[in-house]
Amino acid sequence: MLQIKNLSKTYDGGVQALKDVSFDVPKGEFLAVIGLSGSGKSTLLRCINRLIEPTSGQILWNGESITAASPEEMRRIRRRIGMVFQHFNLVHRSKVLTNVLAGRLGYVNPAWSLLNRFPRADMEKAMAQLERVGIADKSGQRADALSGGQQQRVGIARALMQDPEIILADEPVASLDPVLAHSIMKHLEDINKQDGVTVLCSLHFLDLVHRYADRVIALNEGMVVFEGLPSEIDDQKFKDIYGREAERVG
Amino acid sequence: MKKTKASPWKSIQLGLAILVVMVTYAYGFEITNIDLGELQSERRQESLTRVLRTLAHPDILEYEQSTVIFNAPIYMPCPADGSSPDIPEPDTTQPYVVVTPACVEPGGTVLVEGFGFAPFVGGPLRFVPGSDPTNSVSLGRATLETDASGHFSVEMVLPDDRDSPDVQFIRATARENVGAPYFSRTAHETWDKIIETVFMALLATTVGTILAFPISFIAARNLMKPVRAPLASIALSLLGWPVGIWLGYQLVHWVGLQGAPFARNLVFAAGSVILVPVFLTFALRWALPQVELQVPSRELRLARLGVVILSLMVLFFGLFELAGLMSLLGARIIDSERVYSFMGTLLYQCGEILRLITPLLGALAGGGWVSSLFGRFGQRMAERLAAGLMKSINIVLAAAAGATVFVLIGLLVEWLYQLGRPELTLYWPAASGAGLGMIIALIARPKDSLPSGMVIYYVTRTILNALRSVEALVMAIVFVISVGIGPFAGILALGLHTIVSLGKLYSEQVESIMDGPLEAIQATGANRLQTIVYAVIPQIIPPFISYTMYRWDINVRMSTIIGFVGGGGIGFLLLQNINLLNYRAASTQMLAIAVVVAMMDYVSSVLRERTV
Ligand SMILES: Nc1ncnc2c1ncn2[C@@H]1O[C@H](COP(=O)(O)OP(=O)(O)OP(=O)(O)O)[C@@H](O)[C@H]1O
Ligand SMILES: [Mg+2]
Repeated sequence: MLQIKNLSKTYDGGVQALKDVSFDVPKGEFLAVIGLSGSGKSTLLRCINRLIEPTSGQILWNGESITAASPEEMRRIRRRIGMVFQHFNLVHRSKVLTNVLAGRLGYVNPAWSLLNRFPRADMEKAMAQLERVGIADKSGQRADALSGGQQQRVGIARALMQDPEIILADEPVASLDPVLAHSIMKHLEDINKQDGVTVLCSLHFLDLVHRYADRVIALNEGMVVFEGLPSEIDDQKFKDIYGREAERVG
Repeated sequence: MKKTKASPWKSIQLGLAILVVMVTYAYGFEITNIDLGELQSERRQESLTRVLRTLAHPDILEYEQSTVIFNAPIYMPCPADGSSPDIPEPDTTQPYVVVTPACVEPGGTVLVEGFGFAPFVGGPLRFVPGSDPTNSVSLGRATLETDASGHFSVEMVLPDDRDSPDVQFIRATARENVGAPYFSRTAHETWDKIIETVFMALLATTVGTILAFPISFIAARNLMKPVRAPLASIALSLLGWPVGIWLGYQLVHWVGLQGAPFARNLVFAAGSVILVPVFLTFALRWALPQVELQVPSRELRLARLGVVILSLMVLFFGLFELAGLMSLLGARIIDSERVYSFMGTLLYQCGEILRLITPLLGALAGGGWVSSLFGRFGQRMAERLAAGLMKSINIVLAAAAGATVFVLIGLLVEWLYQLGRPELTLYWPAASGAGLGMIIALIARPKDSLPSGMVIYYVTRTILNALRSVEALVMAIVFVISVGIGPFAGILALGLHTIVSLGKLYSEQVESIMDGPLEAIQATGANRLQTIVYAVIPQIIPPFISYTMYRWDINVRMSTIIGFVGGGGIGFLLLQNINLLNYRAASTQMLAIAVVVAMMDYVSSVLRERTV
């Protein structure tokens, strides 16, 4: 259970990206976060694992406060929160396998990991995850030699290496074509339904939301303007979320 | 775009600007003594021509020479009775010289002609005073050069103060190259020095690169910005450094003393070099398990800490033994006096260097460790204790840390300037440091984390920029004074300059890496060091390699001239030869420099292309 309470974020320049955002995510839910560009979706997701420091408010995870955690505790919390990015954020010059193994960095002994030594069990686990996302044959290649869709699979495998309880996915399919988008979303769905991992996923396309999400949160200028089932988004709600001039396509 | 209106004020400004520029340049000409008249004067041009011609004949190859000497008689002045002097007929089957006329007034001119010499040979043509033809004193600057038929003819002016009633001589010396050419002594010397030069550059680049690497991370804004810590943690880690350095040094020094007797025994030293890594592998495998899912018990943690400390001491013991082993083996190889004995020198020197730096490594490791230990303790305190209590603790700790830092700076000043006034270098810094610490502790909220990373960043950047503005040549002068003339001073100067300039270049590369991977690795729960190794280093390797090559290039150039101030390498030889007006040798050295620099330039550009 993840609880967000009165979360606000004001950037150094004075932009208020989140205003008093509150909502709960029950364990095992697939929650979509939608909203216009600049509405604060990325900021919200990054506040949850504190890649961005929230200005005020609280985030509770299974009763433990993420916002009050010390750096040491934060590392322990982060290792159970996987993250998947729009631009994949792989380390280009490293091998695919190394990128996947990086998901274990929060678990392994730092001293050994600095020498690039990982336990045998982790190596096997990494190969198994690559197998699961269907690119086991690419494990020895450099990450930048892969296509976009393949890179995003590596990103998912890396998140899976963390044995996550939650996966935060920030527009995971925005830079992929529709066919690839569905295959990546299916992986996330599979992880959510099979492994019971909670997924918070920001999305641009409503058809993806209808197809995959259990519930939707909509942001507009940093405020929650809608919270409910995907099927509840009617034309009026749509205009609230995306603005008066927005036209519904498809 | 707005059109600017023409106004008298604008024109006056322009006029003033032109005036300022002209005055500046005029002054520049004046103080730099630009004198075109001097450049055109005959005397200057003559010596310039001479120097250029000598420079065009580098002293590289030499031949064995066979010398033919002929002493032709001459009377100066002519006999008083007006008779013509009696000159014996020369043996025309051998090379011979005819002087016409056979007698001349002092200071007169004679025509000297040679016949039957080897073709295209040359040598000095001299007046030999006194009537002994073997006299080694000879006067004049004329030279002879034979043509294809072995003939020469030279008009020669005789000295006007060497009159004698007896016969005197004109000595023609023809030197002929025989056999294959061989390298001259200058060429050998130049070769030795150019090798020294290249290796100076190599060592300076290596040392500089190794040290610039870690520095570049603490001089990178994007890595240091997120580094924040509560005041208690900052103060405690500042205090931890001197304590840790002292402890580490003492401990490693003690280990070194214990190990010294063994390090002098070849068998024992070799044995420990093999056994130490084995021990370390097992001990560290136990003490640092690869994964740990549960938080370990306190006893287990203490036991592990003990084993880690023991392992570190064993490691330093091993380093001392390794140093001893290298020195011993090196000395053996040197004694064997084989072709490869220079390898012995290298080994020996490396051993000595290792023995010297091991305690420093210990001090550094101790400082870093104790400081991070203290820092973590401070962090815990700030997390757990109440705000009011924390405030008082902060005041005490910050005052202590401020005083320590300022006193250390004061001690440095005292050491540099020997003021001998403790109130200036001890009490006053202690008081002001403590005061400053207290003020910060009073202003800051007790549990807030302060941007310690940015402070480190600014301090590092300032030091780098200050040192970078000092030319390597100037640094070399300082090092020549502190470690004496020779290549070591040059290496230190070039190395230091390499550290600061690469530190800056590298850190700019670190600042321009992509944020995405950094963010992704952080999100996995990696700590700061892991983030650097997994997200930063892979991104910066190509630019680092190319900057290192570039620096290696610069270092080769610099090391050729660092000898001008006594820093070793070929520059010293070059300067010496220029000062002795020995331009042919100087020319050889300049040629060598040009060849080496061009070669390094080529090699490094090829390597850069390959790696990037
Ligand atoms: N590092 C930053 N510094 C200052 N302002 C920022 C920063 N990052 C984002 N912002 C601002 O915060 C607001 C929310 O940005 P955010 O990236 O969270 O939006 P988003 O919903 O993810 O948009 P998109 O769909 O384009 O990714 C925007 O107005 C943006 O300009
Ligand atoms: Mg975004």
